[in-house]
Amino acid sequence: MLQETTGYQIIHKWMKAKSFHPFSFQEACWENILHANSGLVNAPTGCGKTFSVFLGVLIDYINQHPDNYKTAKNNQLQLIWITPLRALAKDIGRAMELVLEELQIPWKVGIRNGDTSTAERQKQKTNLPEILIITPESLHLLLAQKNCSSYFETLKFIAVDEWHELMGSKRGVQVELAMSRLVGMSKNKLSIWGISATIGNLEEAKDVLLSPIKNNGIIIRAKMDKRIDIESIIPEEIDTYPWAGHLGIKMVHRLVPIIEKSNTTLIFINTRGMSETWYQSLLTAAPQLAGAIALHHGSIEQELRLWVEEALHTQKLKAVVCTASLDLGVDFRPVDTVIQVGSPKGVARFLQRAGRSGHGPGEISKLYFLPTNALELVEAAALKQAIKEEMIESKTPMLLCFDVLIQYLCTLAIGEGFDPVKTFQEVRSTYCFADITIDEWQEALLNITQGGIALNQYDEYHKVIVEDGLYKITSRKIAMRHRMHIGTIVSDAMLKVKFLGGGYVGVIEEYFISRLEPGDTFTLAGKNLELVMIKDMDVLVRKSSSKKSIVPSWNGGRMSLTANLGEMLRKTFNKALVDETEIEIKSLRALFEVQQTLSIIPRDHQLLIEQIETKDGYHLLVYPFEGRQVHEAMSAILAYRIGQITPISFSIAMNDYGFELLSDQPIPVDDSNVQELFTSNNLLIDIQKSINSAEMAKRKFRDIAVIGGLIFQGFPGEHKKARHLQSSASLLFKVFEEYEPNNILLRQAYRELMEQQMEEVRLRTALDRISKSEFMLQFPKQLTPLAFPITVDGLNRNSLSTEKLEDRVRKMQQQLEKN
Amino acid sequence: MTAPTPLKIREQMFWLTTERGIYWENESVLILADLHFGKTGHFRKNGISVPHAVYKEDLQRMVELISHFNPKKIIAVGDLFHSADNLELSLFSKIRADFASIELILVKGNHDVLADNWYEKNNIRLAYGIYSLSDFNFVHDPAEIPANHSSFYFSGHLHPAITISGIGKQSLRFPCYYFTEHEAILPAFSKFSGTAKVTKKKNNRIFAIVEHSLIEINN
Repeated sequence: MLQETTGYQIIHKWMKAKSFHPFSFQEACWENILHANSGLVNAPTGCGKTFSVFLGVLIDYINQHPDNYKTAKNNQLQLIWITPLRALAKDIGRAMELVLEELQIPWKVGIRNGDTSTAERQKQKTNLPEILIITPESLHLLLAQKNCSSYFETLKFIAVDEWHELMGSKRGVQVELAMSRLVGMSKNKLSIWGISATIGNLEEAKDVLLSPIKNNGIIIRAKMDKRIDIESIIPEEIDTYPWAGHLGIKMVHRLVPIIEKSNTTLIFINTRGMSETWYQSLLTAAPQLAGAIALHHGSIEQELRLWVEEALHTQKLKAVVCTASLDLGVDFRPVDTVIQVGSPKGVARFLQRAGRSGHGPGEISKLYFLPTNALELVEAAALKQAIKEEMIESKTPMLLCFDVLIQYLCTLAIGEGFDPVKTFQEVRSTYCFADITIDEWQEALLNITQGGIALNQYDEYHKVIVEDGLYKITSRKIAMRHRMHIGTIVSDAMLKVKFLGGGYVGVIEEYFISRLEPGDTFTLAGKNLELVMIKDMDVLVRKSSSKKSIVPSWNGGRMSLTANLGEMLRKTFNKALVDETEIEIKSLRALFEVQQTLSIIPRDHQLLIEQIETKDGYHLLVYPFEGRQVHEAMSAILAYRIGQITPISFSIAMNDYGFELLSDQPIPVDDSNVQELFTSNNLLIDIQKSINSAEMAKRKFRDIAVIGGLIFQGFPGEHKKARHLQSSASLLFKVFEEYEPNNILLRQAYRELMEQQMEEVRLRTALDRISKSEFMLQFPKQLTPLAFPITVDGLNRNSLSTEKLEDRVRKMQQQLEKN
Repeated sequence: MTAPTPLKIREQMFWLTTERGIYWENESVLILADLHFGKTGHFRKNGISVPHAVYKEDLQRMVELISHFNPKKIIAVGDLFHSADNLELSLFSKIRADFASIELILVKGNHDVLADNWYEKNNIRLAYGIYSLSDFNFVHDPAEIPANHSSFYFSGHLHPAITISGIGKQSLRFPCYYFTEHEAILPAFSKFSGTAKVTKKKNNRIFAIVEHSLIEINN
């Protein structure tokens, strides 16, 4: 019985003294820890989820050492605490140290991440801490050390914080692989505990986590009802053409009274680039807030970020403009208001952000939603309903990520080397690689030892070698390079931005800066900066007083609407011009009327297809409301199928509501063939064919090439030599396509596409739903409010053509001559 | 091989090929740029597993051009080799021995970092800066061409490519030959190389390599 144990009584006494009272989910967790069980704790931030696992570990320790728990020192590693965020590590470490001190347990807490100094690392090596708080990347770096197996021998517990964030990403796969190794190295029967916010598939999340220890485990839920109050900020004037509101920035003055009446406000912006703009505009709109507002995103210098976080804790700031960089992490108690600018794209993310305000028991989370285009008001209405119905999304775990596997095997090869038989067993114990075949495993080994293809007399491929049955990397140069590239978060090449006279500002994407000329002004970290020159890997700048400034665009961050929200969105459109009880719907009346006049408003039993001719060419617009991801796949299939009727070339754009096929020639779609074009017959064949012609795998390959070690970004002091090893992902993609189409990493790009974007079951469900609906072919004489935001989006266009390349070039030439 | 496209420059006859090389008929010279031989080998030696086959195809294409035109001389306007020596280059040496009677001149480019005796051993004549033959000049980097000159220059280094766009937001990109009144920039010979965008202006001529045909871009 938990309550009768010495450990429990000591912890309980300590809590009582601080007038804390253990929650029942915490006690349930402690009980399970004492029985050496494993599991998943489902609890929101700010209600003692850390203590549910951490105190359980302490109770267990005290119970095992009731007489000397206050004196026994150097107990070696007991608990590994994996966290996705560096910023979290410090706060958690601090909280743990405080508890240990008050309980007089002489345990050390070590923090290991990219910011840990070399001296500290050295200390951790000789004087092992009992608790290690670590990021997935740093954990892999530890596995790349020569003596790591002795380090992990004594390990008893693994805790994985924010598991809902990690699962479903390649970082999650990294955690799975690392855990499989830890299980192999520890002499104890390991307990694994995950901590997760609510997602649609908690049961699966638990299975993924516990797969390496083959334990069914238990889910412990914290029952805490939290009231969320959502209020949309309705624009004074609704643009009937929804892009025209220029991303809502002209509503910035509406934020000022909200900030002023609140204690502390977090303003979430979806992209880093836009967060810069909002920060600037907010300062212009409310100069009195200068000094009381700050900016926080992933490209800002760490010291500044830490300062902002500290200032949030101590209530020195009225508001912080931030991106997903503040999605996770410890709670900032003073925050009582959250403003979400632009669609959060999913129910879970919306809830998570709302939850950043009003933490205390009984407090209300207050969230304002500010639309960046008028149609997002429909999304807001849909979101409210989805929250009411608790439609929270699932996270799909990733399977068979060979890029991560190849990186991991090289990591082990740097450390103590690996035995292929033993490692195969371990790798196969993970959920991600449970279905890996012997052939695939051999191929991965072949890739790291022979570079994928058979040796010939002119080859000197050198990476992993086999020595006494162990796979090892012996070249120091290759080992060093690999260490610098451990990780699965792929971003563009980043350059450091520094002032001419010294002083670091932040980092910026090479892609962006390469488009600027010296003398141009851009905005970073809320400052206007003039580009002086680019030197080595540094961008040298000086302060600028210029009013005109270019805001960096960060690639990525284009999230897709989730399926849950898509369904709700279709239903919400039923209310347009019919049921105006919700303010969001009512305020859009003018827009809906224009849509109705030019075309129709699609109801959830209809599929609207608009064919419009403009000076850009012939547009075919389809509105399935399935989210960007599904639209990408569906548009490719439709384009391919139309291309079978006649040779034709398309440029394809999409958003969460629908997609556009744009061509230079009339598109042969009418009543007679539309049903056939959306059929789910022959789907699999058409998916494969359209994938090949649309070059969609190219984008997927980018991350895979970096994670799989094909793209080398260079490191300090090796600039010149490194240049000879540089190549772009698109070039590599082309080369592999042409010369080694069977390459394991190239094949993975196609597989990821099939599993994520082009997932057959999901597409089939969508097409089956569509085929039952009423096809509404419309021929508006101009672009409609629904069409407008799709057609103006020049970014991320796909293309698909069934014409001969030469014919296309000649045709393009003729068109230009005519003009 | 597709039939090459003839082009008269200053009363001399040149043939542009889709195989990324120019043949100068009057002097029997094959002009090539940015071959980057040994690049795949350099990558592979450093643990980056790019396929070998792209190098072999490059070599094959060079052999094809040589047997088609049977030139007396080959002028490589720089970056004949990608980096330091590696085993892959011995395949080049073997092929070089097969056409030993043809003079091979390398106008050194920024990537040509091999030891001098390596070139000597392989029967390659080195030229530094600008190499001249009758009224024509050869240089690696077009930036090194002196201002206000009136003689004609062949160069490389840029890896030029042209983007053409049409109605319906379509755009396509191809490696190309780039000519002005006094200059020609060749496309990179190596298929394992990136490209840099050039634009069509009034007084230049651009020939795009579109798979197996050469198409002059007019706007």
